[in-house]
Amino acid sequence: MQPFTYERATTPEAAVAAFAAHHGTRYIAGGTNLLDLMKLQVETPEHLVDISRLPLAAIDDTPQGGLLIGANVHNTALASDPRIRTRYPALAEAIVAGASAQLRNKATTAGNLLQRTRCTYFYDTARPCNKRTPGTGCAALEGHNRGLAILGASTHCIATYPGDMAVPMQALDAIVHTHGPAGPRTFPLDALYRLPGDTPDLETTLHPGELITHVELPPPPPGAQTYRKVRDRASYAFALVSVAAILHVEAGTVRSIRIALGGVAPKPWRARQAEAALLNRPATPGSFHAAADAELAHAHGHGGNDFKLPLLRRTLARTLAALAEKA
Amino acid sequence: MQIAPFITQNFGGHIGQSSPRADGPVKVQGAARYAAERHPEGMLYGFPVPTITGGGRIAAIRTAAAEAVPGVVTVITRSNAPDQAAASTADGVIERIMGPQPNLTGTEIQFHGEFVALVLAETYEAARDAAALVTIEVEGADPGPDFEHALQTAYTPKSLVTGDPADTASGDLEAAFATAPVQLDATYDTPFEHQSAMEPHAAVAWWEDGKLIVQDANQGVSIAATALAATFKLQPDQVQVISHFVGGGFGGKFGALPHSVLAAIGAKVSGRPVKVALTRQQVFTGHGHRSRTRQRIRLAAEHDGTLVAISHDTMAQTSLHGDFIEQAGVMSRIMYAAPNRGTTHRVARLHTPTPSFMRAPGEAPGAFALECAMDELAVKLGMDPIALRLRNEPAADPESGLPWSSRSFRACLEQGAAAFGWNQRSPKPGTRQDGRWLVGLGVAGATYPASTLPASARITLHPDATALVEIAAADVGTGTYTILRQVAAEALGLQESAIEVRIGDSTLPMAFGAAGSTGAASFGSAVTGAALTLRTKLADLARTDDASPLRGLNSDAIEFRAGRVQDAEGRGEPLSALLSRAAPDGIGADHSHAPDSSKAFSMHAFGAQFAEVGVDMDTGEVRTRRMLGAFGVGRVLNPRTAESQMHGGMTMGIGQALMEETIHDARWGQWVNRDLGEYHVPTNADVPNIQSLFVEERDDQVNALGIKGVGEIGIVGVAAAIANAVYNATGVRVRDLPITLDKVLAGLDAAA
Repeated sequence: MQPFTYERATTPEAAVAAFAAHHGTRYIAGGTNLLDLMKLQVETPEHLVDISRLPLAAIDDTPQGGLLIGANVHNTALASDPRIRTRYPALAEAIVAGASAQLRNKATTAGNLLQRTRCTYFYDTARPCNKRTPGTGCAALEGHNRGLAILGASTHCIATYPGDMAVPMQALDAIVHTHGPAGPRTFPLDALYRLPGDTPDLETTLHPGELITHVELPPPPPGAQTYRKVRDRASYAFALVSVAAILHVEAGTVRSIRIALGGVAPKPWRARQAEAALLNRPATPGSFHAAADAELAHAHGHGGNDFKLPLLRRTLARTLAALAEKA
Repeated sequence: MQIAPFITQNFGGHIGQSSPRADGPVKVQGAARYAAERHPEGMLYGFPVPTITGGGRIAAIRTAAAEAVPGVVTVITRSNAPDQAAASTADGVIERIMGPQPNLTGTEIQFHGEFVALVLAETYEAARDAAALVTIEVEGADPGPDFEHALQTAYTPKSLVTGDPADTASGDLEAAFATAPVQLDATYDTPFEHQSAMEPHAAVAWWEDGKLIVQDANQGVSIAATALAATFKLQPDQVQVISHFVGGGFGGKFGALPHSVLAAIGAKVSGRPVKVALTRQQVFTGHGHRSRTRQRIRLAAEHDGTLVAISHDTMAQTSLHGDFIEQAGVMSRIMYAAPNRGTTHRVARLHTPTPSFMRAPGEAPGAFALECAMDELAVKLGMDPIALRLRNEPAADPESGLPWSSRSFRACLEQGAAAFGWNQRSPKPGTRQDGRWLVGLGVAGATYPASTLPASARITLHPDATALVEIAAADVGTGTYTILRQVAAEALGLQESAIEVRIGDSTLPMAFGAAGSTGAASFGSAVTGAALTLRTKLADLARTDDASPLRGLNSDAIEFRAGRVQDAEGRGEPLSALLSRAAPDGIGADHSHAPDSSKAFSMHAFGAQFAEVGVDMDTGEVRTRRMLGAFGVGRVLNPRTAESQMHGGMTMGIGQALMEETIHDARWGQWVNRDLGEYHVPTNADVPNIQSLFVEERDDQVNALGIKGVGEIGIVGVAAAIANAVYNATGVRVRDLPITLDKVLAGLDAAA
């Protein structure tokens, strides 16, 4: 770990100002990801602005019937909120499927959205990684890539976004509220993330110093919700494949469908091809498999992660079938 | 070997009692100090610098930038490291481990992650920051081959780790395979694994008047001290290694490992105490791993299941210059009867650290191959896999011809099957379902040698009838403190609270340490021997002391019970009364235990592992639903600690079966997944209800206590039982550990 300076901000405005006042600044809240990366010198900030005490730890009802979640709401608090558990159960399920109880007690809502890939080569500063050190290459393409992406990746980077919480948030059309040097703005969660292309080091559309203050959940769409996480052990493992789905069926026909995928792409992946293939179709196993195939049309593996294609097909089809049985 | 009479008499009931852990209170209070928790005055922090290439020659090590970091005292490399003896080239693994372990001396890089410099600083943060600024210039970096390519130049080792021959053969294998009506020929793969103890390796070292003192996390302080003395060219009494508490070892904390040698080097160069505590990433190259193996098993049988041939060919891996053989074939030498049999071991060299001991080295990967093969043969024969095993029970050791000191494999299979509910199993795969889970049951055999290693102990009895037991033993969380207290209490007729046990210090009487499931038997034999001598001395006092109520009796008429020295009718006096009168300065005895070399018996523990698994029919995820292990391990000294050992071994077996694998990236000759986020061991949620069952077993030959070690057999056979259960659940046979969902899915898709 390299030496760094540290200060604690008390308001979002002060945090943004503090960020700009130093070179090489990073925000720190729970620190569950950043500190690990600093110890290995994957991240080498010169200055840390601690935003963990900002008054952003509330979950408020919105006039539209949704929820406004403060950036500093801890994962544990979010997952146990009765409004989340009853109206957004897929989100509660996803959060408790992630990390460990200790980490969830520290991890924040905004920090979770911004956690970085767990690609082993990203963590090894001796090895090529275009995400960590642009232009050095991608060691994972020909290497250990069991956990890496089959959708949305590029020849420069096949890293996955590793988190769980953001996956149902994608399905729920969550909205990100920020405060930056140019003032506040809001945009869909889907627009927070960039695909790697030839600049895998650029992961989000946030401007330098721009701070996520809230995540807004619109009212939940009709239908039954679920989050299915497939992993190598029963707890404390990142998703090989995960599916957040909200399915509404009327008289045997799909009338509303939201699907987002985790563990398969550089971002929490909204499965719009699958959704389009399913809307207004019969809620049958055949439709579900066809929807999975539609999403997988542009997917491809890199050897060690080839199994994710059949795994995603099976998991998505089964998750939708289980929701249809429940409905 | 005679069982000590006091063990059999067991007047105090201490032998076989579930005594609570002697070290429990200090551990739960946080008062137990582990290696890294000592901070002597003036201590510096040492941070090792690992290579980032595997192989090659060090041209230069640039340290100027690191030395400029505030707080850095010095950077030690081969240019200023102290004089050390060259590493041993002895054939035997134990001889090499006890020989010099030089660090920071060579120019040839052996493997990626090898420590080639040590930064010393006033703070840990400064040391770590500076370590990242050290650059190593390498000529001819050579990551070496991958396992597949290395196999092409595999060699035949001179012998196995245990000194046994690499190859054995009897009968006529090829003739048997030419004619036997039912045959199996299958190849099994097991991966590289790391022990992954909860406590990372750490040591604090300092020098006092030419004497080296190291507080270490170590499974065998005597061996570590011997190796450190050899390394720094010191007399044995010039080194003291202390290791009172160890946060798990699993074989990975044996000998003078790099972190402790580096701490000693740092202390020598700086003249101050130095702590070296490895990061989790450094632990992966800071000691040896379990070798990958490829094992071919061939079985030939009659239609009734009688085996006519067993052949087990093992390919394993070692390092550039070290020779450590994962002796996977040894189990096949004793497990089943067959007139024609053979085992071979071949070893390939990779540019990795030298592999080392990991819980049940040999048996753990070997049992996966042999016991899956037996399951596959049972399928071919249309036989119950338990019946197949029972049909091939050998009356004597099938290779040596020696009688068994005891063998309870049959009892383990039968009693285990009854307790587990084996009759619930459908022989037809894929026929039991629970929701979307396909449910299956599996069984496998287990065995591990019951041997001892040299150990010495001293017992001192104070006039107040409290006793001190001293031995350079180790308690790696297993219960050594507890069981030695029980043995001494029983021998002297005292309460356990009257016994103090001191271990984990190389200045105490020598012991090999916690290795090869020999701890309880070796330490216990030494303590028992000392206790027998002490009892004789006490009896002599009682029958010769003028004021003794037992004066004139024969020694064998004198008993030690409930704090008293007395005759069979209870006439006598409190032991403290005799001592304060006849031995006011206390009285002691010691004993050196030497392993029995007569080889009159074949001595092994046996067991049967049962597993029920669920396989998600959609995703291929495998989860263990329940497990039962039945074991014949002689007399059980303490069911509480013995059960804990079995549950730990079986839990580690779940890891071996389903998730543990260190990935070797041959492009750089390195381990890729060097942390516990990516190297998976079982979490609580992965571990179901586990039962262990000890079958009644009396062994009058094995040692003075009639016990067999319980440290390792718990893991043996678990991976095979789970793999066989996966087959029973799905019809998919996975012969390549770990059984991850992609391998199961491939089988499910192939079947569909």
